[in-house]
Amino acid sequence: MRKISDLFKKELKVINIGLSSFREGPEEVGVKVVQVDWRPPAASDEETMDALKKLLGSKK
Amino acid sequence: MIDIEKANKEALNKLLSARPMLVGMGKAIDVVPGMKENLILHAGPPITWERMCGPQRGAVIGALIYEGKAKDREEAEKIAASGEIEFSPCHHHQMVGPMAGIVSPSMPVYILENEAFGNKAYATMNEGLGKVLRMGAYSPDVIERLKWMENVMYPVMDRAIRTLGKIDLKNIIAQALHMGDELHNRNKGATSLLFRQIAPAMVKSTKDASQVEKVLKFIDGNDHTFLNLSMPAAKVSLDPARNVEGSTMVVVMARNGTDFGIQVSGLGDQWFTAPAPVPPNALYFPGFTKEDANPDIGDSSIMETSGLGGFAIGAAPAIVQFVGGTPQDGLNKTLSMYEITIGENNVYQVPYLNFRGTPTGIDIRKVVEKNIPPFIDTGIAHKEPGIGQVGAGLVDAPMEVFKKAVVAFAKKYS
Repeated sequence: MRKISDLFKKELKVINIGLSSFREGPEEVGVKVVQVDWRPPAASDEETMDALKKLLGSKK
Repeated sequence: MIDIEKANKEALNKLLSARPMLVGMGKAIDVVPGMKENLILHAGPPITWERMCGPQRGAVIGALIYEGKAKDREEAEKIAASGEIEFSPCHHHQMVGPMAGIVSPSMPVYILENEAFGNKAYATMNEGLGKVLRMGAYSPDVIERLKWMENVMYPVMDRAIRTLGKIDLKNIIAQALHMGDELHNRNKGATSLLFRQIAPAMVKSTKDASQVEKVLKFIDGNDHTFLNLSMPAAKVSLDPARNVEGSTMVVVMARNGTDFGIQVSGLGDQWFTAPAPVPPNALYFPGFTKEDANPDIGDSSIMETSGLGGFAIGAAPAIVQFVGGTPQDGLNKTLSMYEITIGENNVYQVPYLNFRGTPTGIDIRKVVEKNIPPFIDTGIAHKEPGIGQVGAGLVDAPMEVFKKAVVAFAKKYS
């Protein structure tokens, strides 16, 4: 808890991953935000997700 | 599970070690594998006359008039629908065709050889922009131009290429990327370099200076002359990377104006298709709007498949400018394509990225995992036959085809 309090006493450095609308809040109050362009996989159905997992397993 | 990383490395190395050369010309009927009198080749995955889009139908009509098989549109449509004519994708015949991609037996074609592997590829000559066969136009002036290309331009070009022996296309492409081309929608630099090589050989190999003058003027007036060489150069470079067991690298992306299709190295000749999208971001010629646009069409996405075109758009600021973008937008697009590719090109570079190699070898796994579709910059044809080009624009490949390929790959290899 104390550590979190300490965090808010310093200058905030925010990295926002994914939906860019979440960066707007901190930016409105003057916080600098680095946006990471990330999207969830395009595998919206179970069959594609299972297939993708199998193929990505080969990366290990 | 098979070692996909190793297989992809092998496929990419085959692509990167290609040495595409222009080695000659010939009539399609004489040199294109499987070409015959009643066969017409088309861009994209397989399609029937019934499902063909307007511009592809228009180009078939034009080809039948050009071949003397029909006298007008009505007769051509009757012949095309009768079953008398067979249709087959250019890609099934070691060919690529921009836009409608229609190739008929009498058309002269460039012959390319990949000196590293000995395989060949073919493409017709480029007719210019606007009202042209490949955009679906078939009026008398279009046919007349095609006849001039066959009877005047082809012999002049053919003799010049014979005089030179061969033209190193990889060399021209590498230089053109440093001159603001991405080799799909901008071929100005590459066309100029070709002109410099071929002009003296034309003069040397002909007795009729007036013909040479007309051909050189035609090339000078058509910045897309080299597109019909950059495309088969990409095709002849990618073909040896086909059929690498266990590779998830894309070896073909192609559109027929109805369907968008891909082929994957480790999945043989199987096509994965989805409806072709209309480019959402485009510049239309005066008098035309998005309502006039046909969905995405042509084999020219072979450029992106080989790591050029939209993948190298960071090297071609003029292309992003025409849709109101900035050079930084182009660089961002190129940077995002590194996320979905297997490696970087060892010869083709983006100057503004400190000469970093272009993102090369699309991996279907990365496309689906990162949800980043391949980015293509392309010409746009009118949706009705007979009109021609209405603009140029930017489009994403449909994610559906990559998802289908991932599922098929997992089924085959697990």
